[in-house]
Amino acid sequence: MSEPNSNALDALLKKHKLTRGEYEKIQQLLGRDPNLTELGIFSVMWSEHCSYKSSKVHLKKLPTRSERVLQGPGENAGIIDIGEGYAIAFKIESHNHPSFIEPFQGAATGVGGILRDIFTMGARPIAVMDAIRFGPLDSLENGARNRRILDGVVQGISHYGNCFGVPTVGGETVFEDSYDGNPLVNVFALGVFRHDEIFYGRATGVGNPVIYVGARTGRDGIHGASMASDVFTEASQQQRPTVQVGDPFMEKLLLEACLEAMRTGAVVGIQDMGAAGLTCSTSEMGSRAGTGIDFDLKHVPQRETGMTPYEIMLSESQERMLLVAEKGREGEILAVFDKWGLESAVIGTVTDDGMLRVRDNGVVVAEIRNRDLADEAPLYHRPYTKPYRTAPYEAPEFASSNLEADLLGLMGSADLCSKRWIWEQYDYMVQTNTLAGPGGDAAIVRIKETGISVAMSLDGNGRYCYLDPREGAKLIVAECCRNLSAVGALPVSATNNLNFGNPERPEIMAQLVEGIEGLAEACAFFDTPITGGNVSLYNETLGESIFPTPVVGIVGLLGTAPPVGMKFPAAGLDVLLIGGLGQASDQEMGGTQYAKQVLKSLWGVPPKLDMEREKAVQAATREVVVGGLARAAHDLGEGGIAVALAEASLGGVGAEVSFESGLRPEIALYHEGPSRVLIATERRAEVEAIAARHGVEALWIGRTVEGLLKIRLNSHEVISVSTDKLHHRWDRALEEALHV
Amino acid sequence: MKFGVVVFPGSNCDHDAYYAVTRNLGQQADFVWHDSENLSQLDAVILPGGFSYGDHLRCGAIARFSPVMKAVKKFADAGGLVAGICNGFQILTEAQILPGALIRNQGMRFICKTVGLETATSASAFTNRLKEGQVIQVPIAHGEGCYTAEAQVLDELEAEDRVVFRYVENPNGSLRDIAGILSAGRNVMGMMPHPERVADPLMPGTDGLAVFESIVSAYASLSR
Repeated sequence: MSEPNSNALDALLKKHKLTRGEYEKIQQLLGRDPNLTELGIFSVMWSEHCSYKSSKVHLKKLPTRSERVLQGPGENAGIIDIGEGYAIAFKIESHNHPSFIEPFQGAATGVGGILRDIFTMGARPIAVMDAIRFGPLDSLENGARNRRILDGVVQGISHYGNCFGVPTVGGETVFEDSYDGNPLVNVFALGVFRHDEIFYGRATGVGNPVIYVGARTGRDGIHGASMASDVFTEASQQQRPTVQVGDPFMEKLLLEACLEAMRTGAVVGIQDMGAAGLTCSTSEMGSRAGTGIDFDLKHVPQRETGMTPYEIMLSESQERMLLVAEKGREGEILAVFDKWGLESAVIGTVTDDGMLRVRDNGVVVAEIRNRDLADEAPLYHRPYTKPYRTAPYEAPEFASSNLEADLLGLMGSADLCSKRWIWEQYDYMVQTNTLAGPGGDAAIVRIKETGISVAMSLDGNGRYCYLDPREGAKLIVAECCRNLSAVGALPVSATNNLNFGNPERPEIMAQLVEGIEGLAEACAFFDTPITGGNVSLYNETLGESIFPTPVVGIVGLLGTAPPVGMKFPAAGLDVLLIGGLGQASDQEMGGTQYAKQVLKSLWGVPPKLDMEREKAVQAATREVVVGGLARAAHDLGEGGIAVALAEASLGGVGAEVSFESGLRPEIALYHEGPSRVLIATERRAEVEAIAARHGVEALWIGRTVEGLLKIRLNSHEVISVSTDKLHHRWDRALEEALHV
Repeated sequence: MKFGVVVFPGSNCDHDAYYAVTRNLGQQADFVWHDSENLSQLDAVILPGGFSYGDHLRCGAIARFSPVMKAVKKFADAGGLVAGICNGFQILTEAQILPGALIRNQGMRFICKTVGLETATSASAFTNRLKEGQVIQVPIAHGEGCYTAEAQVLDELEAEDRVVFRYVENPNGSLRDIAGILSAGRNVMGMMPHPERVADPLMPGTDGLAVFESIVSAYASLSR
C-alpha cells in the first residue's frame, strides 16, 4: 500500500477487522506491504470464522481418532467408516449472525453451505437436522421480533432443504432470554458414499486445470466471514447486503452434476466456495496439497459488470464450487456441467511454487503463499479467568403447590411443547429412508444399499453450560449418546458447534476453554471422536453475551429394522427405569426446566454426571432395545421422570406408576439427573437380567394403561391426568405462542 | 412391465419412485431424462415429485416445455398409463393434460405429514386394487397442493367419476377435498400425496403400494 498515514491505515485495518500486530505479520510474511486486494484476502482468511485463531489452541484438545475415523478435522467434513464398504460424511455449522440480520436467507444459506460441505466430498446428503435458539416468543419488548425471526428461520430451512430434496429429520428448538437479539441457527448435515467415492479438497498435480462451476459471482456477501466474527451493535441491521441469497435449485443441480463429474474419474480435487468464497477455496486447496494456484479473474463467471479483483475474491455468492481436473480431461467435466445446465470455466492451473497468484487480465493483482493464508493465521492464547456467571450458587426456597399443574405447565412450555408446527414445514420423508423422524429421542435414517442405519441426535443446554461449562458440556455428550442408545444405536462419532460470546473477554474465554475441555473429556470417554465442526464466537448483543452454548451432534450405528419409539404402544406393559430414580440436591435443580419454566429462576450447578454409570446404563439400554425386548424406550432428560412419562403417554396409552423416594416431591419428579432410561416391556425378567449384568438398576415402577397417567409418590397420588389433556397442552402450545 | 421415471432438473422424488417400482413392486424401471422425446419402449410413465426447475415462475410452469412433455402427451393420447405425483401432478395441469391448477396451500405453508385419503373411485388404472370408500394413509409434502378449478370443471370431474382420491381431512384447502384426479380417458392420473413413500415395509405403512399394484393389474389386462 502506498504509504498510508497512520490514521488512514488504522481505519483501513479496523474496516477489515485486523489488528496492528496482524498487519505487521502480513508485512513480514509478504516481505512487503500488501495491496488492498491482498489485505482483503488476508482479512477473510485470518478472520475468526475461517482461521479459528482464538479457539485453535484449545480445539487441539479434542479427541479426533478411532478405528472408524477415515477423515478427521481439517477437511470439508469428517468421515466415518460404517462397514460394508460404506462411509458417512457429516458436520455441523452455524449461521447465527446472518440469521439475525435476515432470518429467511440467513437460515437458507446455512443449510446450503453445510450441504455443499458434504457433497463436495463425494457423499450424497441423506439427512439434515437443525438446532435453533431464539429469544422468548412472549417477550413484551421483543416478542414480535422473535416470532418473526423464528418464522423466517423455519421457512428458510424449509425452502432450501425441501427443494434440494434432503429430509430434515430432527433437531431442537430452545427459547431463552440470552438469545434475544442473537439467535442461534446450527445446521447439521450427513451424507453417504462408498469408500472409493471419497474426494478431498486438494489441488494436486502441477499443470492440472482449475475449474470454476455453478452460480456466477456477484457482489453479495462480501465480508460475510468477518461479519460473522463481529458483535452485534445497533448498526448491525445495516449489514443486510452482506447476507447472501440462496438458490436451492441451483444447489440441487450442482449436487447431481458434481457427483456425476466425480464418476468420470477426471476430478482430482474439489471444494465448495463457502465463507470467503474464491479466496478460501483456492488457498485451502493449494495449501492442503502444498501447491500453488495461478488463475485469472477474467475467466470467473460474473453476475455484474465492473467488479474489482477485491470484490470477486471476497464475494460469498452461493452455489459455487472449485474443481481441479486431470490435465487433458477437462472437456469431460465441462460436458457434465453443461448437461445439467450449469456454467463452468477453466480459470487457471495448479503450479509448483505454492503461491496463490491472482491475475486480472494477465496482470498479477495478488500474490501470497497459500499456506500463509490457510495455516499461518495468528494463533491467540487469549487470557482466561473463571467462567462468567452471575447466578447464585445457593438455591432459593421452593416448594410446589400443585405437582400436576407443574407438569401441565412444563408440557406446554416453549422448550418442551410439540414442535410439530415447525417440523411439518420440513420434508422429513423424501428419499424414503427416514425410519424415525422428528419428535423422537434420535432420528434414524436407513442406508438402502446396506443393512445399516444411522441414528443421529443434536443437543445443547445453555443453562447447564452457563452454570458450569465443563460439566454442562459433558452432560450434553452423555445426553446425546443416551438418545442414541434409547433407539438402539451405538454412538460412534461427533461434530460440535461452539456458540460462545466474545473471546477477548477473559471470563467468556474461560467458558470456551472449559466447554471444550468438557467436550474433550466426555467424547474421549464415550469413544465418540469429534471429526469436525464449527466455532461461532462474538455472539453478543449490546455487551450481553449469550449463554455458552456448545451444540453437539452425535451419530450412531444400528442394523436396519423397524424402530422402537418413545411412546407406550399398548396397555399392560411393565414400565421400568434403567438406571433407577437418580439423585439431585436443591443446588442441582437450578439449571432444570423446572427451575426455568415453573420457578422462572436459575441457580446452582448442573446435575452430577457419573460417566462410568452413564456408560453402563447406555450399554444395558442398547442391549434391551437391540434385543427386541423394549416396546418403547425413552431417555430421561429435561423435565425429569414426570416429563418423560408424560411424553411416553402422548400416543394415548399412559401408565400407572408408583415409587418411593427420599427426595422432596418436586425434586423426585422433576430433577434431571442423567443416566436414566424409561423402558416399556413384556419381558421384564429379561430386561432386569440384562441390567443386572451391566451392574445397573432396572427399577420396576408400574404398568401402562389406556388413556391415563397416574403417578404415586411414597404412596400418595401426586399426578393423575388424562393422556388427552397432556396431549392437548403439549400439542398446541407453540402455535398459540406464535399466534398462528 | 417397464416403468419410466421422468427426471427433470430439480426432480427429487425420482429415486423414491424408482425404488418403489423396482424393489417394492418387483417391476422394471428406467430413468427418463427430460430431453428424451421417445417413450415408446415404456409401459407406464411416472412424473415424480420434486421442484422441477426450482418451481421458478410457478410449479411445473417451465417443466411443461421440456421436450419430454411432448412425448408424454403423445404417450397419453395413445392410451399409455401416466401417473403424476406431487410436482408431477402440477406439471400435468400446467401442460393441460389434466384440468385445473394447484395453488398455494390455504395456510400459506409447506406441509409434510401423513393424511387419510378416501378412494373416490376404484374404476381406474391406479385404484383398481382399492375399494371405493377405502381410506389409505399416504404422506403429503407440498407447499402448492390446493387443487382448484372452475365449478363447471369440478362438476364434470365428479359426474364422470374422475376424482380418484379425496382428503378425509382437507389439509390445504383443495376444492371439494380433491387429492387426485383422472384424465377424460382415465389413463392419466395426478395426485398430490406420495404413494411411493409408503410402499416399503420399513416405512410408516405400505398403503401406497396399492396404487402401483393397480397400474400393474391395469397394464396386464390392457395387454391381454
